[in-house]
Amino acid sequence: MTGTIRIGNAQAFWGDDPTAAARLATQAPALDWLTLDYLAEVSMSILAKQRERDASAGYAKDFLEVVQTLVPTWKSGRKLGLITNAGGLNPRGCADACMKLLPRKMKVAVISGDDVLEQIRPTTDKTLVTANAYLGAAPVVEAINAGAELIITGRVADPSLTVAPAIAHFKWSAEDFDRIAGATVAGHLIECGTQVTGGISTDWLSLPNVENIGFPIAEISSDGSCVITKPPGTGGRVNEQTVKEQLLYEIGHPGNYLSPDATVSFLTLKIKDEGNDRVRISGASGKAPPLTYKVSATYRAGYRASGSLTIYGRDAKTKAQRAGEVVLKRVGDVRRSNVEIIGDANAAVLRIVVADERREVVENFTKQLMPLISAGPQGITGYAEGRPQVREVFGYWPTTIGREKVSPKVEILEAT
Amino acid sequence: MKLRLGEIAYARSGDKGAAANVGVIARKPQHFELLWRHLTADVVGKFFNVRDAVRYELPNLGALNFLLPEILDGGGSVSLKTDAQGKALGQRLLELELEIPDAEMPR
Repeated sequence: MTGTIRIGNAQAFWGDDPTAAARLATQAPALDWLTLDYLAEVSMSILAKQRERDASAGYAKDFLEVVQTLVPTWKSGRKLGLITNAGGLNPRGCADACMKLLPRKMKVAVISGDDVLEQIRPTTDKTLVTANAYLGAAPVVEAINAGAELIITGRVADPSLTVAPAIAHFKWSAEDFDRIAGATVAGHLIECGTQVTGGISTDWLSLPNVENIGFPIAEISSDGSCVITKPPGTGGRVNEQTVKEQLLYEIGHPGNYLSPDATVSFLTLKIKDEGNDRVRISGASGKAPPLTYKVSATYRAGYRASGSLTIYGRDAKTKAQRAGEVVLKRVGDVRRSNVEIIGDANAAVLRIVVADERREVVENFTKQLMPLISAGPQGITGYAEGRPQVREVFGYWPTTIGREKVSPKVEILEAT
Repeated sequence: MKLRLGEIAYARSGDKGAAANVGVIARKPQHFELLWRHLTADVVGKFFNVRDAVRYELPNLGALNFLLPEILDGGGSVSLKTDAQGKALGQRLLELELEIPDAEMPR
């Protein structure tokens, strides 16, 4: 196949704008695929807690709201594929719930096999809650080739959500590492949504129309190069700066960007600003990916609570410092604590965080902060949110697992 | 002379487990040499008060990438810092004042 494939991202994280997907679909009528990312590093532990209470839970329920907004698009007969990791720990449950909402005959794929908790558990003393391998594009490609339009996955590497439709469209071999590297770069650039269209840019203040910021589209060519752009008329900006900033987001060694589909070098990339919010990225080079999958595991790590108060007036910072000391003194023996004071001499925010494996210690802290309202310095205020809440902490533990120990699974369901 | 890093560069940062990375990109091609020469791993490590900062170079993008181990107090959900994921490190670094010989100052 030649030409280009157009892949948009309309969700950078669980909590991003749920109306973005339908808006991007309308703004970009030539879009082939939408990708939506729901899973941050510890999201799986939140889903695990939800599943403990209700066995049918364990996926990002907010995604159903997004599916609902796309119903008119699909109902019109338009082909618009959707790939999302909203399935979390229960992609089948997520798919079953989606099937009830779909307006026409449509193949729905469920990608699983990423759950490696039982294999990882014996390798650590930590109290693991979840352990999921980052699957690559392969099972998603299989689903696309089987005709799936809605693809719901568990843990799949973020860029692979973009790489898969490119591989399927251009029929690249799995060893075509340079082209796959190019698509991986495209995926890396759009996976955080508006972060490549001006969001969190150094020069954010100069962006036009941020209230209507556009979500990104990668137009991938058969050689693996891509143009990053956004729909005309939307706010924000795509230029050399926004693309370079996002290229460097959360990377380590730029010659060895690891993904399950290819190990990518950013050191051969060329960037060309074509104007009109279009930037071409070419020259990616790739080699074979590692023989292991990255695993993100979460474990129980005790409890924490954080609270803040604001102090106005003379010596605000000093008063905040002293107030922080008072609270920690009253809390007594605690495993970890942190006092931060943000502000200047005349206005300061005092933020105290306490963490301990003993719930009662953290509980006690939540009762020791608010008494400052009457026992603390004059000018102390900002307590409308009430006592801090105790929260369970899930630590994040990255590890790896041999590929041969993981079996990605593709299930095709048929909505009628 | 002193030169605020933000005058010649823009930045983005985020977490890599318990480490964080800060990408620093030259605003203009001629600024990259200044970054190369003066924004060393040592300077950035001292600014953030961390040991073993690593610098990677991306001359094709006019950029440097710094990896700062253990800066996030355990990282992500375990960190007690407001900026638990290092999102603000880039903006903080742009306030760094580089000491540049007069002859090298950008015009």
